This record gives sequence, C-alpha cells and structure tokens, in this order.
Amino acid sequence: MSAIAELPLQRDHATTIFQKGAPGRRAFMCPELDVPAVDPEQLLPERYRRVRPPRLPEVSEPEIVRHYVGISKRNFDLDSGFYPLGSCTMKHNPRLHERVAALPGHARLHPLQDPERAQGALELMWNLQGALAEISGLPHVSLQPSAGSHGELAGVLLTRAYHEDRGETRHKVLTPDTAHGTNPATVTMAGLEVVKVATNAAGGVDIEDLRAKADRDVACLMLTNPNTLGLFDPNITEIAEIVHGVGATLYYDGANLNAVMGISRPGDMGFDIVHFNLHKSFTQPHGGGGPGSGPIAVSDRIAPYLPVPVIVRDQDGAFDLDHEPEGAGSKSIGRLRGFQGNYGCFVRSYAYICSLGGDGLKDASEAAVLNANYLLARLRDKNAHSPVAEYLPLAYGELCMHEFVLSGGPMKRTLQIKTLDLAKRLLDFGFHPPTVYFPLLVEEALMVEPTETETKETLDAFAEAIGAILREAAEDPEIARQAPYTTPVRRLDEVHAAKHPVIRETLG
Amino acid sequence: MLAAIGVPSVDALFDRQIPEAVRLRRPLKLPAGRGEQEVFAHLGELAAKNVSAEDELSFLGAGMYDHYVPALIDMLMGRSEFLTPYTPYQPEISQGGLQVMFEYQTAISELTALPVANASVYEGPSAVAAAGYLAKLHNGAKRFVVSAGLHPHSIQTLRTQAHGYGMEVVEVPLTTGSAGDAPGAGGGVTDPDAWAGAIDGDTSAAIFAQPNFYGAVEDAEALSAAAKSAGQPVVVAQVDPITLGILAPPGECGVDVAVGEGQALGNRLDFGGPSFGLFAAREEYLRRMPGRIAGETTDVDGRRGFVLTLQTREQHIRREKATSNICTAQALNALAGVVYLTWLGRQGIVELGELLLARTHYAREQLAALDGVERLHEQPVVREFALRLDADVSAVRRRCAAQGVNPGADLQALTGREEDHGGLLVAITEQRSRADIDRLVEVLGEAVAAVRGGEDASGLSSRVESPRVESNEAQTVPA
Repeated sequence: MSAIAELPLQRDHATTIFQKGAPGRRAFMCPELDVPAVDPEQLLPERYRRVRPPRLPEVSEPEIVRHYVGISKRNFDLDSGFYPLGSCTMKHNPRLHERVAALPGHARLHPLQDPERAQGALELMWNLQGALAEISGLPHVSLQPSAGSHGELAGVLLTRAYHEDRGETRHKVLTPDTAHGTNPATVTMAGLEVVKVATNAAGGVDIEDLRAKADRDVACLMLTNPNTLGLFDPNITEIAEIVHGVGATLYYDGANLNAVMGISRPGDMGFDIVHFNLHKSFTQPHGGGGPGSGPIAVSDRIAPYLPVPVIVRDQDGAFDLDHEPEGAGSKSIGRLRGFQGNYGCFVRSYAYICSLGGDGLKDASEAAVLNANYLLARLRDKNAHSPVAEYLPLAYGELCMHEFVLSGGPMKRTLQIKTLDLAKRLLDFGFHPPTVYFPLLVEEALMVEPTETETKETLDAFAEAIGAILREAAEDPEIARQAPYTTPVRRLDEVHAAKHPVIRETLG
Repeated sequence: MLAAIGVPSVDALFDRQIPEAVRLRRPLKLPAGRGEQEVFAHLGELAAKNVSAEDELSFLGAGMYDHYVPALIDMLMGRSEFLTPYTPYQPEISQGGLQVMFEYQTAISELTALPVANASVYEGPSAVAAAGYLAKLHNGAKRFVVSAGLHPHSIQTLRTQAHGYGMEVVEVPLTTGSAGDAPGAGGGVTDPDAWAGAIDGDTSAAIFAQPNFYGAVEDAEALSAAAKSAGQPVVVAQVDPITLGILAPPGECGVDVAVGEGQALGNRLDFGGPSFGLFAAREEYLRRMPGRIAGETTDVDGRRGFVLTLQTREQHIRREKATSNICTAQALNALAGVVYLTWLGRQGIVELGELLLARTHYAREQLAALDGVERLHEQPVVREFALRLDADVSAVRRRCAAQGVNPGADLQALTGREEDHGGLLVAITEQRSRADIDRLVEVLGEAVAAVRGGEDASGLSSRVESPRVESNEAQTVPA
C-alpha cells in the first residue's frame, strides 16, 4: 500500500559519507603538473597557507555513487507520487527541460561572455520577459531575483524607491493575516513596518479594516490572489482603488499564479508589481529546496527603479545588457545578486512556455482549478461514505481556485487526532501530505493543491485514503497518532534537535 | 468531474469566482504550443547563438569559473529523488535530502574551519548582503566597511539591501604598488591603514574577500585583527571555496562569518546561475543565520535521523521577526557542491589547489613578460590574476576573440574604477593546460602589439549603437 517500501537496508542507521571510506582512498585524479615546478614558498608564503587540510571524505567513486543513490531512496519525490503541497504547485517536471538546459551553449556559457557572443541567451531571456509580461499584464520585467522571497524583496525595495523619488517617506506595508511568512519577513528586511489587515467572513480582505489602515504612511499592500485560502478576492478592484487612493502601490505575491494564467492578469487587477515563482507555476524542478527563480514584472511608473542590469534590444534586433539605464542619473535600486539571475531556470521555464503556448497555459490553469474543485467535491461527498465533510470542513467558501484549505478542528475534537497525525498517516498510504498548519487563521489547517498534473484516478485514491484514515481513527485514534510506520524513519524528535543543535558530523 | 462538483462547465468555476471586470477575455498573445522535438530544436538554435566555454579557449572568471564537473554529479542531480521533491517539510520521507544538507554543512564547516554552516543561500554576492544583515541584527551598529577588493557585484548587492534598512557602506581602497617589503607594498590588497582608520565603534561589519577580486591573496589574519582592535564589527570574508585546500581558512584567521560563491564546486556556469552561496560562522551567530539548517536527532524507535532545525529563525514561523526572508534556496546545487568535495577528497582539494597555483603562476609570468603587459599587483595569486595592458582592452579582447581565445574579463568594465583602466582579469582552471596557456600568451601578445601599433581593432568593425527598444511591451515569443 505504500510507495515507500519497507526495506531493511533503508532502515539502517544513517551513516554519513564522512563516516565511510579509508585513509588514502580517493576518486579524483588530478591533471598532471605540465608547467615548471616552482618552490611552493615562493608561490604562496607560509603565512597564507593552510596547515591542516580540510577533513573531507576519503572515498572511491563507487562508494560515492552507492552512498548518494542509497540515501536518495530515503526521499519521497514528485516522480514517485502525489504531492499536493498547498502553495507549492508541485506540477510535473518534464525531462526535456533538463536536456535543453544541459546543452553546452547554455550550460557552459560564462555570465561575463560579451553580449554580442551571448545573443542566444539574451534572446531567450528577452522572450521569457515578454511572455511573463503578457501573462501578468505588466510590461516591464526583471529576471534577476533568485527565488520568490528575493522577488518580494525586490518589489518592496522598488516601492520604497518609488516613494523616495517622489519625496515621500512611507514606512508601513499592509499584509493580510493570511499572507505567506515571506511577506512580513521581507518587509522587515527592507526596513519597513508590517501592519496586518484582517480577513473577512468570506475569506477575503476585510475592506473596512483596509480602509481604516490605508493612510499616507502606507507604502504598499502585499496580496496573494487567489489568496492562501485558495479564494479569489471578489473585491480586488475596490482594494486596488483604496490602495492607489492613498498613493500606495499594490504588490502581487505570485505563488498562486497557477490558478489564473490566461484567465485573469495581476496587471488588469490593478497590481503594480508582481513576482513569479518559476519553480512553481513554470515547473523549474524544486530540487529539494531550490534552485528557484523569482522574476518580477512592474507597471510603467515602477519601471525606472528596476534592478540592473536590464536587457535592451536595438533596432537591428541585437541584444545587450545595460548596467546603467539613464546613465549617471539612474533611478535603479541597483543589483540584487551577481550576474543576470538563475539562467538555468530561465531555460527550463522558457521551454515550458514554448511547449504549452498561450492556450496551453490557460488549459493548465483550468485543469488545476478543475482538479482542486473535483478533489474538494470528492472529499465533501456525503454519498460516497466519506466522513470528511463532518471532520474536515472547508474553512471558507464553497468553490475554490487551484487549492483549498480544510480545517481539522472538528477532527481533533471528535476523533482525537490532529492534522499532524492525519498528515503522518498519509505517508503510510504513499502520499505526500498537504501543507499543514498554514494559513495560521485556520484551526488545524490542511492546504491541498493537487495541480493540473494529476489524473482523476489519483485524486480519487487520495480522497479514499483520507476517508480510510478518518474511519480508522474513529475505531482507534492511536494508529494515526503513532504514524508513520512504513517510512525510513518514524516521527523524529524535533524539540531535541532544536534544543541541542548538532548540525554537522563529528570527525575523529 | 464537473457533475461531482455541480457546475456545468470549467468556465463556470471561474465565472462564479472571478469578477468579470478582471477576466482576460482574449487568448494570451503567445505563440501556439509546440511538440517536444520542436521545442528541443528551438532551444538548440538559441544555444548555438552563444559562444560557450566549449566553443572558445576561455580564461573568463571574475566570480564564476569553468572547472570540470564530474559525470557522477550529472547523474546524481538528475535523480528524481533529488531533483523533484520540495523543501523537506516532512522529515520521515525526506531523509535523503536532509542528510545531504547535514553532510554539506559538515563539508562547508570543514572547508572554512568555522563550526556552523547553513544548508545554502542563493549565491555569492547576495550571501555577502545576508552576512551584512546578520551583523545588523547582531550589533545594530550604523555602517558596513568593505574592502574595494570585494567582488563589485557583492558591493553593489550589499548597497542595494543596506539602503533598504538605512545603513551606509564605506569602501576602503586597495594599495597601489610601491617599493619595499611593507605589508601591501606590492599593491592590490586592502590598504591596512585605511582599513583600520575606517573601522570604529559604529561599524557593524567589516567585509573583505580572500583572494580578492583582483586575484590577490590578502593577509586575512591581519585584516581581522586590525578590524577587531579598531571596533567590534562582525568580520566577514567572502572566500573562494576551491582555494581553501591550500589557503589558510577563514576560521583560523579571526573571521566571524565566511560567505562565498559555490559555483566552482561542481556547478555549471549556466550563464550565471543557479549555483549556491555558502554561509558559515562562529557558534555565537548560529541563531541569527539565514536559511535552512539540517540537524541530527532520533526517531521514536531510537534511529538516527535528520530534521530542519532552529526553525524559529525562519519566516514561516517568525514572520516579521525572522532573521531572513529566505525560503527556497539552492538545495540541488549544494548537493552538487558536497558531492564535488567528496569526489575531490581530502588529498584532492590540496592537489588541485597546488596545480592551480602552479599553472596560474606560470600564466602570470609568461603574460607579464609580453610587451605592453604588466602585473597589476605583485601579491601572491591562486587561480586568477589582474594584468594591466598598455592598449585598449576591448580592442584587444575583440582581436583575441577572432582567434578563438577569450583572454579574460575587462576589469574596468566591471568595477568602473578609473585606476582599473587597462585591467584584464585572467582565470586559470584545471581545464586550461600549459598548451592552452601558451596559446593565450601567443594570441594576447599579438593582439596587444597590433592594437598598440594602431591597427584597426581586430579587423572587425565595432558594433554601432542603435536606438534602444526600451521595454518588453508587446514583445512576444517568436514562433
């Protein structure tokens, strides 16, 4: 019943690569010294030298391969099964993208290659910028930010620069209480102050609270739409009017863009700045925690402040990198990182956009929303002997966009199992659990995002697994409370790990 | 499916949720989708318009380097189990990724001789900015003092972020060459007097690079000691990890926080990313570090296991009180890093360092012997060095390019500093043999002579500047 087989070897004590090997064993053969040997002291005087070499492992190549292939099998992954992690958009990663990204013309291109000899890369980036501009409805794009949170930082710094340029000091940024944690963290890093806006009974922004808090000290409202409850805010036009009415900007957290590609555009909703997550909506593989890429798109009034360098094209169609737009009077916020951004991610996401085309992107969003609503309906179907509706009610609304949030509150009170227990028991059924305990305003939250990748059969199987776990808990809650049973390790002592941090191997 | 939901059509799902005023009632203006084979061909055509390190003899470095990437890294990075999971929020089914993080942290800690390392940040320059933010949280002082030997992208990135939270960045110049044996007399290193003079009780962090942007090996111990006697800054070094087999590690030079660009460790050039940023520190900074950290623990059956730990630093728990906003970082690239370090091994990282040292020395000697070429400084170098050409650098570079040689980076174009006029930054990796270096010497010598002799730069007409198309508006992907 589990995708993670119960193999004795996988249950072995976790031995790190630093505990393997033997003195003198090795994989690397150094190229021979083909230049005249020179007294090392002449090349690098003693006082600059390392005395004891770093204690790296001493292992052969077969040992390295066995070790890492072995521990890889202790991971669950998207290619192995359903991964409905809310807000993370775990859609299929086509292997074509890995192949094209590995072409030497992309993979071995140095970031400082002269622009006239990197025309293919700049053309690709230009095209990707154009596509993201069209998808977002905002005309000016910078691909530079390294991930969503980095894009958010860019966005808040842009907002800051915009107000400063107008001679205004605004120190507050509004974020709904449903916002991703990166939003408030970013505001603090940009030297501004977070002001929370309440959520109304329907799960959207509380308009009265917004009105009360929107004043001339507000620099920006950061919003996710659809929000982290999976709901499209029906008052978005009014929200934009209120925010713009006090001279503030409207920022779009693009984590949930997968719900609306080709259907509704942040620029048309009134947003001034948007970040994309290429590792979510545009299928850059997540790599177990990166790499990501977080391009931003902005309206005309924000464009002068975009990070450098910017890609420009002359009338002959040649591309170049401009490091100082508008010359010495540049209003750019400057650089956010080295070079031009995570190009390898641009190649993959561009290939994805080329494969799907405009219609295909819309199809993807439609299928994502259809899948989410189907799964929600299956879970709430009282006729299908499902106890879900009773124990795991939908937190807000009736329909959803690409994801939905259930509350495990009734389950906890009635069945005496928590959302965490349900999540851990799902592991034994071979599913990655949904996002849990987020958003914070939903009791025992369970945030489910199936994506367009999944078949009806997979969604049915997941719904059945949830039902089975609840029925099982009604009989004996202890089963879920002690779960999982079939995984390489069982529940881990996180409190101990944090109280007595051991974050590296001890070497003898 | 629609029947189960109780709506007549997919459109109805949107009609009932999204106000008509913000619906896009037209198709996206993007080309139609294409099949796998056609997309492969299109991406191949774009790749063919680039001149990569495969197509020319390249001595470009300045932050990213054409080191050899062993085949087993391609294999391991391509494994579904590493490539396709999300951040390990469910440790019971993420032991592989968590153990890789733990091993990576161990390797970075060993390399830097600092006790704690995180599981990666984005890349080098933003890692410098992240170290600055840690210092701000740690001591709340007013300004950052940075050596002009820091990578210009690092200085610029730090400035961008420091402006946000209202901190000043003060740049300390490098020495210029002079006679004698006094520290820094050979030029090209952080001016010790200016460094000590710039640092005071209001200095939050003192930041330098080792080796510095000009390839020069700095006296890291002296810089750290001077910084600590002038104030109480957090001493930050941006290090080049591949040199740490032979260079004294930051942890043994009085450095508090070491950051760096990890690309050289088993990651491709990829036109600048993705790679990873390394971040290591003394124990006292552990709870202010940005990013993910894997920690060891046990499960309910007593088995050893790994979890994400110290998460109360992080944005998803602490929100506006977090020590950083970073979420997704560079796990897969850090995997390549630890596999690369394991592949090099304890002896290999020293041998590779010695080889780079010898070849770089050879290249520097041979090139500096050319007419119209001199060293920009006399300091020891490991795998990169700066030259000064008595000729227009861009004209020389164009002539070399026509011969299939990329002689290195135009220094002044990167730093914008007047004193870097004529500067060329040359990088040597283990993939550049003596024969390759000899070829560079020949081609660069000819190019410098030709440009000094007044010949037309390369016989290629320099590109005519045309008016720019300023934005992407209405720009669509060509079919």
